[in-house]
Amino acid sequence: MADQLAIGSRRGLKPALPLLLPAYLWLTVAIFLPLSAMVFFSFMTDLPLAGKEWTFTLGNYAAFFSQSLYSTLLLSSLRLGLEVTLWCVVIGYPAAYVLAKVLKGRSREAIFLLVILPFWSNGLVRIFSWAMVLREGGILDTALNAVLPFKINIDLMYSYPAVIIGLVHSYVPYMVLTCYLTLQAIDDSLIEAGRSLGASRRQVLWRVIIPLSMPGLIAGAALIFVPVVGSFMEPRILGGRTGTFYGTVIEDQFVAVFNWPLGAALSFILLAVVLIILALAAPVLRRAG
Amino acid sequence: MAGVQVANVSRSFGAHKALDNVSIDFADGGFYALLGPSGSGKTTLLRQIAGFDFPDSGRIAIGGESVERVPVEKRRIGMVFQNYALFPNMSVADNVAFGLSVRGEAKATIATEVQRALDLVQLGKLGGRKPHQLSGGQRQRVALARAIVTKPRVLLLDEPLGALDKALRVDMQIELKRIQREIGITTIFVTHDQEEALTMSDRIGILRDGRLVQEGPPEEIYDRPQSEFAATFLGDANIFRGDATGSGIKLPDGTTIAASTGASVPAGAKASCAVRPERIRISTGATKPDPAGANMLTGQVSKRIFAGNNSTYFVDRDGQTLKVIVQNTGAERLAEGQPVVLSWSPGSTVLIAAA
Ligand SMILES: Nc1ncnc2c1ncn2[C@@H]1O[C@H](COP(=O)(O)OP(=O)(O)OP(=O)(O)O)[C@@H](O)[C@H]1O
Ligand SMILES: [Mg+2]
Repeated sequence: MADQLAIGSRRGLKPALPLLLPAYLWLTVAIFLPLSAMVFFSFMTDLPLAGKEWTFTLGNYAAFFSQSLYSTLLLSSLRLGLEVTLWCVVIGYPAAYVLAKVLKGRSREAIFLLVILPFWSNGLVRIFSWAMVLREGGILDTALNAVLPFKINIDLMYSYPAVIIGLVHSYVPYMVLTCYLTLQAIDDSLIEAGRSLGASRRQVLWRVIIPLSMPGLIAGAALIFVPVVGSFMEPRILGGRTGTFYGTVIEDQFVAVFNWPLGAALSFILLAVVLIILALAAPVLRRAG
Repeated sequence: MAGVQVANVSRSFGAHKALDNVSIDFADGGFYALLGPSGSGKTTLLRQIAGFDFPDSGRIAIGGESVERVPVEKRRIGMVFQNYALFPNMSVADNVAFGLSVRGEAKATIATEVQRALDLVQLGKLGGRKPHQLSGGQRQRVALARAIVTKPRVLLLDEPLGALDKALRVDMQIELKRIQREIGITTIFVTHDQEEALTMSDRIGILRDGRLVQEGPPEEIYDRPQSEFAATFLGDANIFRGDATGSGIKLPDGTTIAASTGASVPAGAKASCAVRPERIRISTGATKPDPAGANMLTGQVSKRIFAGNNSTYFVDRDGQTLKVIVQNTGAERLAEGQPVVLSWSPGSTVLIAAA
C-alpha cells in the first residue's frame, strides 16, 4: 500500500510538468525579465539609449541616503499605507462580517455585488468621480449645503484626506473579500458554543471570531499596504500639491525626468523596506492569530 | 443544579410548526432523552431551552426562574454540539478554560478547574494539544469537559454521539452516564438512537411533527406505548387493527385478541393492539398447549434472520407479516415455509385507542 502510494506520487510529478510549463514561462517573461532589467538599470549612471555613455554605479542608491527628502517621503508613504490599511479594516471588516454572518440569500448577493463594483470600474474614472464629489462646489459640498441650515464650505479636494478617501475606496474591496472568506468559514456553532459558555457577543467577537479571521485580516492588510505605499495616481490627482509621496517621486523619474536608474533604485529600496516590514510583522501577527 | 420546565411552548418557521404546544417537566438531576424522527423538532426544543432561539408562545423556566427574556450567556447552561464546536485556534486546555476565563476567574482557579474537568473525562494529559490532533471520541470528551467546567445548571446535548462509531459510542454512553451521575446535573439529551435513549435515560420524551407524543420512564414507554407511533418508533412492535370488544379487539376476519394492558377503549370503537416480537412464542403446534386465555394465531414462516444470540422469524398470516424474536437456546430452528402457531399472553398485549 505504502509502495503504491509512493509510486503514485512520483509518477504524479512528471505528467504535471507540461502543465506547469506555461505558468513558469509566463512568470519568466512577465515578471522575472523586466525585474532583472530594472535591477540592471538601477546600477547604471544613465539609460543606454541614443548612444549615451554609461557606467556602473551605486550612486542611485546613495542618492536615497544622501538626500533626506527621499526618506521623509518614504516615511509619509508608509504612514499613508498604514492609515489606509487601518481605514480599510475599520470599514471592510464589519462589512465582511455582515455579509458572512448576518445577511442570507438574495440580499447577500446584492450587497456583495455593490462591494466589488469598484473593482470593475476603471481606476481613473473612479478617482475623477471622487474629484467631482470632493471639490468646492462639488457634489458633497452642494448636497450638505442643501440639507444643512447654515452655510459650510467643504473643500476636501487637493488635501491629504482626499487622498485617503480615494485610496480607501479603491482598496477596501480587498479587505472585504479576504475577511469575508475567512469569516464565512467560521462555523456558526462556534459562536453559539461561545455564548453558551457565558461569553457576551462582544467577548465572542474578540476571543473567537477575530482570532479565527486573522488570516483574512493579514492577507487583506498585505494586499492593501504594499500597493498603497507605492501608489501615485490617487495622490497625484486627489492630493494636488499635498500629494507628493514616494510613489509619485518614482513615477516622476520614469515619466517626467527620465531618470530611470534613480526610479529603479528607489523602487527597489521601497521593495526592500516593505519586505522587511512584512517579515517583522509576520511573527507578531501569527501569534495574534 | 435545577430542573427545567417547558410549558405550552410553540415555535413556527413560516407556516411550519416546528414545536406545537410542547410541555415537559425535566426533573432536577435527571437524565432525559428526547427522541424522534428527523425534523420532529428535537433540536428546536433544545435551542429554546438554551436560548439560541425564542418561542412564539409558552413559558420556559430553569430552576423555577422564568428565562424567556434571559440571553444565552446568562442562562448558565452547558451545551455539547453534534459537531463538538471546539475552538480550532485554542488548545484543549484553553477550550475548556474559555467559560471560566470570560467570567474573569483567577488564573490559578482556572488552571485547577480545567485540570479537574480534563481528569474527569480522562484526558488529563492532552491539555496542550489542538483539537485537530484529537480523535473523534477525544474531541467529544473535550466538548463535554468544556460544557461542565463552568458548573452549569443544565447540560444540553444534541446528538453528541452521532458521529462516533458503534463501539466508541457505547464507551461514551457509559462514560457520559458516569459523569452525569458523578456531578448530578440535569441533562437533556437529544438522540436518534432508540437503544441509546432506552439504556441511558431516566425518562424519555418522544416528539413527532413538533408534538410531544408520549413521555415517561423507558420501561413505561416500552411496555405501555400510547400510540402506534410510540410502539413502533421505540422498539419493534406487531400491530393489529380492529374493533374494540371491551377486553381486546376483534380483527376483520373475526379473530379476537385479548389485551389486559394499555388504554381502555369503549366496545365498538376502532382500536389497535401492539405486541413486542420477543413476547410471542412460536411453535409447530405439536408441543404442549398454551395456558388458557392466551392469544393464538397460525401462520407460515416466510423468512428467518439469524443474528447470533437470537433469530427473527417473519411469519405470514392473512396478508400481514408478523415479527417474532426467539432467543438462541439451542432448540431446533424452524424452516422457512413451515406452518407455525404463534401465542402470547393478554398481559403482553397493549391496547391502543385509534388516533
Ligand atoms: N431556522 C429555521 N428556519 C426554518 N425552518 C427551520 C429552522 N430550524 C428548524 N426548522 C424546521 O423545523 C423542523 C424541526 O427541525 P429540528 O432541527 O428541530 O429537527 P430535529 O428533530 O432536530 O431533526 P434532526 O433529527 O434531523 O436533527 C424541521 O422541519 C426544520 O426544517
Ligand atoms: Mg437536530
